[in-house]
Amino acid sequence: MNKLSIEERLGKDKFAVDEDKPHIVLDQRICAQCSKKPCVKACPAGLYVPQGDGVKLDYAGCLECGTCRVVCVMKGLKWEYPRGTFGVEFRYG
Amino acid sequence: MSTEERFDAIVVGAGPAGSVAAYCLAKAGLEVLLVERGNAPGSKNMTGGRLYGHSLEKVIPGFWEEAPVERRIVNETITFLTGESAVSLDVKSKQFAQAPSFTVLRSEFDSWLAGKAEEAGAMLACGVRVDELLRQEGKVMGIRSDEDEMLADVVIAADGVNSILAQKADIRGELPAKHVATGVKEVIELPRQVIEDRFHLTEQTGAAQLFVGECTRGMQGGGFLYTNHESISLGLVITAEEFADAEERIVDLVEEFKMHPLIQPLIEGGQVVEYSAHLVPEGGLNMMPSLCHDGLLIVGDAAGLVLNTGYMVRGMDLAIASGEAAANAVIAAKAGGDFSKQGLSSYQTALENSFVLQDMKTYAKAPKFMENHRIFGNYPGLMEEMMVSLFSVNGNSAQPVRKSMLTSIKRHGGFMQLAKDAWKGMRAV
Repeated sequence: MNKLSIEERLGKDKFAVDEDKPHIVLDQRICAQCSKKPCVKACPAGLYVPQGDGVKLDYAGCLECGTCRVVCVMKGLKWEYPRGTFGVEFRYG
Repeated sequence: MSTEERFDAIVVGAGPAGSVAAYCLAKAGLEVLLVERGNAPGSKNMTGGRLYGHSLEKVIPGFWEEAPVERRIVNETITFLTGESAVSLDVKSKQFAQAPSFTVLRSEFDSWLAGKAEEAGAMLACGVRVDELLRQEGKVMGIRSDEDEMLADVVIAADGVNSILAQKADIRGELPAKHVATGVKEVIELPRQVIEDRFHLTEQTGAAQLFVGECTRGMQGGGFLYTNHESISLGLVITAEEFADAEERIVDLVEEFKMHPLIQPLIEGGQVVEYSAHLVPEGGLNMMPSLCHDGLLIVGDAAGLVLNTGYMVRGMDLAIASGEAAANAVIAAKAGGDFSKQGLSSYQTALENSFVLQDMKTYAKAPKFMENHRIFGNYPGLMEEMMVSLFSVNGNSAQPVRKSMLTSIKRHGGFMQLAKDAWKGMRAV
């Protein structure tokens, strides 16, 4: 069995993306001042990618675990669950 | 939803704690609304995972005969991993059947359990995210979801580890990163027969394996493997605090775990059919919020009810018992017409008199002990060195076992350090 990229793995999951309302919003001014950026290492979906001084986030593949919210020491993100019926839908769990 | 209706109780979250609470309340004839943000119960939930059956057995005797459980665990393994080696403690016993535990997949299992609550008379509303608790003079009066308000005498918060409701109501603060761990899991599909052959199982029996060491690169946490009917659940759990100084992403570590020479042959030919993640509350008693409030009870993961002793991870059995205890407290409060903190306090008493809080207290020192990095970094290497040398014959003059073992121990921190850690470990569990 070979390694799978995170994109391949997320491709196995079912998502109903809420295009109108991101459920995680970053404050890039704060992210730019964060040196360790634990979100990059910690996000199980690999959604946080360093970009310049800050980070880029694609909330569409979010597994809704809440890890980023907990590891973000600088309080640079607003996190809530996606609106009802949206987000990931585990078929096995 | 209309604002006209008023329920005896609203349960937020249709996981094991919430569904059992709703089931017990509905069975006692109370009007219950069970609210779930996923499109179906279980669709937002994930476990490693294994359910210890005792507490659900008490609520629904013989549940496993009808519930969609996967396999009954007959084989427990704990493995110390290094990059090249694995040293395992492997236990098979018929005695495990006396208090059975089962592997489960939550999508199917949670749907079944919420279905039991519905059958008993609870109203299930899916696809509804609860935004906040409604409060009047401090007392919880119901819930708000978007524009809709629903009223009830009591709300039971079974909304999981992130417990946004308790946080928004200032019942608890932010979760500290040292109190939670991030779990990631791949469900790897394999034919039933292949699983049974590889793990030496029969049709209904299963294996549970935990791993310490290389799989987390020595960070606090471990790996897990559980056999389901036609899939293997494989993953990692790492304390969230570790990521501040981590060198690798958890995303990559889980793939490297799959490639380990011990794991690779077990999953060969399999297909990943799902990738999931979840937080695990691992702070033990230290992270528990107060559980009884005016018009509000907190159960399951939201209450921090998880035990991780290193060789055993429990959450769902505690969640189920807390759901049952909360339901009983609400039934008693309704009989007395008092839904204040005082009127609902039998919930706290019931937990204290049951295994739930007694076990949390017994293992109260475990989370602190687990912060010892030697467990995850040093000792797997020590085990490898001692055991590989014990079983190796290479034609060089052999050393007495006591001598080679002492040399290994010296190299990995020394005898006093090992003795101290062993003593602390014994006292922690």
